[in-house]
Amino acid sequence: MNTKDRLHVEGLEAAYENKTILKDIQLKVPDGRINVIIGANACGKSTLLKAMSRLLKPVGGVTTLDGKAIHTIPPKKLARTLGLLPQSPIVPEGITVADLVGRGRFPHQSFMRSRTKEDDHAVAEAMEMMNIADLAERNIDELSGGQRQRVWIAMALTQETDILFLDEPTTFLDITYQVEILDMLTDLNRKQGTTILMVLHDINLSARYADYMFALKQGELVTQGTPQDVITSEQIKNIFDLDCEVIEDPVSKSPLIIPKGRHHIR
Amino acid sequence: MMNSTIGRIRNERRKRFTRRAAVTSALFLLVLMLCTAMLMLGNTIYPVQDVVRVLLGEEIAGMMFAIETIRLPRMLAGLLAGIAFGIAGNTFQTMLRNPLANPDILGITAGSTVAALVCILLLQTSRATVSVSAIIAGLVTVVVIYFLSRGNGFSIGRLVLVGIGIQAILSATILYLLMIGAQEDLPNAMRWMSGSLNGVQLHQLVPLAISMIVCIPLLVFTGRHLLMLELGESAALSLGVQTDRTRIVLIVASVIMLALATAVTGPIAFVAFLSGPIAKRLMGEGSPSIIGSGLVGATLVLGADLLGQFAFDVRYPVGVITGMMGAPFLLYLLIRMNRRGNL
Repeated sequence: MNTKDRLHVEGLEAAYENKTILKDIQLKVPDGRINVIIGANACGKSTLLKAMSRLLKPVGGVTTLDGKAIHTIPPKKLARTLGLLPQSPIVPEGITVADLVGRGRFPHQSFMRSRTKEDDHAVAEAMEMMNIADLAERNIDELSGGQRQRVWIAMALTQETDILFLDEPTTFLDITYQVEILDMLTDLNRKQGTTILMVLHDINLSARYADYMFALKQGELVTQGTPQDVITSEQIKNIFDLDCEVIEDPVSKSPLIIPKGRHHIR
Repeated sequence: MMNSTIGRIRNERRKRFTRRAAVTSALFLLVLMLCTAMLMLGNTIYPVQDVVRVLLGEEIAGMMFAIETIRLPRMLAGLLAGIAFGIAGNTFQTMLRNPLANPDILGITAGSTVAALVCILLLQTSRATVSVSAIIAGLVTVVVIYFLSRGNGFSIGRLVLVGIGIQAILSATILYLLMIGAQEDLPNAMRWMSGSLNGVQLHQLVPLAISMIVCIPLLVFTGRHLLMLELGESAALSLGVQTDRTRIVLIVASVIMLALATAVTGPIAFVAFLSGPIAKRLMGEGSPSIIGSGLVGATLVLGADLLGQFAFDVRYPVGVITGMMGAPFLLYLLIRMNRRGNL
């Protein structure tokens, strides 16, 4: 891990209504990498993303960006460096794709400086990257789940941040779209060097796409490292309480878990 | 490839802007026509050119009184209150992403009314005190609804239900206050009870006009932030919107206009509720419809008042007419929201 990494988390604690969700999280997010947070349901994955951004005020500890606590950075300025795509963003009724994607430019605009060429450029670039340029005039309501998710990611891209958080960007999508979205995020990371930190549900897809992984269990960071380090049958047993075998993914050469159930023990 | 996409985006935006500009201009003309009609029509019908001459200060015997004392204040009251109700209603509906979440249904208007009636019937205070108390009570109602509906995380559905409950309590309080109030204070109190433009005097409009000159630009200025709030709390926060601060500005500005407009005309049923959704339907959803909602509000109030005055054998106050138009729309909206599963 590089000490120059921009995003540090020190002793982060988060709670909802006196119920502790995160305990003393200590981590550095490797710059320019695809980082994935895994863990069982309700282990605090989403909460970690929220507490590391402006969405949730931690009860203890701090997240720093370039050495500054993120809660002390002016919100719009922070939004130009750190973007977050929430898990289920709300779609306003009847708005067009171009309109929604354009709203991602908010942190770059002000009342005095409203719309510029750069804005249009950023919106067009994001739409092409997410392959939704043809949908510009369509209403969001008419789109499929996969298309809609690409629109949301495009909106986050127009924010033009160096760091992008995504909370389960592939949930509710068919496997085809899951792979498509993760491929596109990889393109973004490889072409523009965007640091990605996302929560993913699927362990095997995580292992395939992640450069680095963080595993949470009951609000604590239990292990971190490359997929090869993290995805072992002992650690999966610890993190998910699941018996499994780990083999090599024949396509990506990353670790692939094969779960064992009560009925299928070899 | 890139250039064609940029062209497409610009084109799409131009289409939205053109439609918005066209609808806004059409509404503006419609409001202008309704205003003119309000001045021309009455016991005697005056031609337009005479109306204009009187407004420009020319003295025409007989017309001066009718226009300057009766029709002009009535018209201005309808215009200003319509705009104020429309904009305030739309602000709440957009901010809370639910057309049901408007000041009438949530009981914010009723909160102001209770305070006003306490001032008029129990404390016999001055007009200014009545208005200020109404504003404060409206804001207190918002805070009470907010805290009661917080529970385990924030839910708009719960907020609407809590608002309906609060509204019921406040309505009962209003009836109680009217029953114990002294007979001679009742006419003053009735102003707060049913929406009417009857007997409005010009000087009563001054506080409302001043508040609108301050609040409307503030709301337009905050409009961009309001559009972000539409995407939900998380998305807005991650785009750098200071959501709490934005909400406070929006609520305070809306409640001030709402309370001062109600002080002049009484609660004109359904205008705060109807204006936003109608404006959105006309302009295309997703575009900031602050001015549009105001113009639709003015159209509804002035149009309903003209209908109430001249369409029937009996003269109905404006609130009765908007009430008749609004109730079916409420049902329509409920059915539509239910179908979409938004309820």
